Amino acid sequence: MPSLKDIRNRIGSVKSTQKITSAMKMVAASKLRRAQEQAEAGRPYADRMARMLSSLAANLNDAAGGPRLMVGTGDDRVHLLVVISSDRGLCGGFNGAIVREAKRTIQRLLADGKQVKLICVGRKGRDLLRRDYAKLIVQSYEELGKKKLSFADADKVASKVLEMFDAGEFDVAHLLYNKFKSAIAQIPTLQQIVPFAPPKGEGAAASAGPKAQYEFEPGEEQILTELLPKNLAIQVYSALLESAASEQGARMTAMDNATRNAGDMIKKLTLVYNRTRQASITKELIEIISGAEAV
Amino acid sequence: MADKVEFELVSPEKLLISQPVRMVVVPGADGYFGVLPGHAPMIVTVKPGVIDVYAEDMNAVTGRVFVAGGFAEVTDTRCTVLAEEAVDVAALDRAAVEKQVADLSEDLAEAKGEFERKTLETRLAVAQAKLAAVGGVH
Repeated sequence: MPSLKDIRNRIGSVKSTQKITSAMKMVAASKLRRAQEQAEAGRPYADRMARMLSSLAANLNDAAGGPRLMVGTGDDRVHLLVVISSDRGLCGGFNGAIVREAKRTIQRLLADGKQVKLICVGRKGRDLLRRDYAKLIVQSYEELGKKKLSFADADKVASKVLEMFDAGEFDVAHLLYNKFKSAIAQIPTLQQIVPFAPPKGEGAAASAGPKAQYEFEPGEEQILTELLPKNLAIQVYSALLESAASEQGARMTAMDNATRNAGDMIKKLTLVYNRTRQASITKELIEIISGAEAV
Repeated sequence: MADKVEFELVSPEKLLISQPVRMVVVPGADGYFGVLPGHAPMIVTVKPGVIDVYAEDMNAVTGRVFVAGGFAEVTDTRCTVLAEEAVDVAALDRAAVEKQVADLSEDLAEAKGEFERKTLETRLAVAQAKLAAVGGVH
């Protein structure tokens, strides 16, 4: 039976934990808003890039031509997986979900007899994947965009991917990140980045608009070879933004739950405390009374 | 036909400019080109340089923006420039840019490996174009 003092200490410690979690929740909420704004601001560029690419792709119809980033190496042996997770913990199932999805994908690819290489963005994902697949990790990044995610950060990852592709170190590349749906739901998403697959539905949107016959300067091919690496960087960038927003959303939800749990716990402990205090008072009274009767 | 084109300057981080203008002059890969309403549709790569904006009058430059390369999409009513980096020319600091050029040339001299050299060369070209842009102001 814990003494009154023990319970009092316990309540105190739960209270200070609750203060921490509710502060973290508040911070996550404001960071989430900022991350969402940033994702919003990045959208026009991605939209226009997609529009240009689709009109370029429409002009470049012969399947044999086109840069390798577009048509691929014609092989399907070595897969590269870019796994985007967070640097910090305490964000619920955020990293767990992404790592589970990564492991499933790796196992599927390995079972198919493919070779897998990993690039890890974020410390948590790297730590969890290192346990099983340390040999597959070729590069890992930490603290990308610690203050504010910039395009230069995404470019760093993208140029590593391009460098590896130029050296022929892989055939197919995928991005794996948490897509932001709401503060409660984040969806682990696997997205192919090399060879570039034009997203579906976009072609319909392009044909709905007034069909303009573009002139190209200099040549379609040359523009494509410059545009595709940029597009890769953009895709990495928007994935990082999505992931950042998801992380804050997941943290906000997790911390909200923790705060509520702490509240429940304080209520229960206070009840126990009062009951114990009452019991000890009653006990003392009984002792006094029975002592008086004995006299 | 409207007498203005919808000019948009977009960087990966945000939409920088979106306004109707009389004319813009963009540094294309094959030379500067001016966009007026009713321009033939085209897609062009943009090299590092300065975009001149003529918002109201064909004779008065109202905005000068440095871009570090990118792409431009032109239609008869619209001109969209996708730039990796865009800075107002007035906001550039000459001393800082000069230092950047010096640093990059130094790095380039010590660069090992083809990939590193190529990236440094691109960055140096951007910095030099920036310096030229600053020089135009003074």
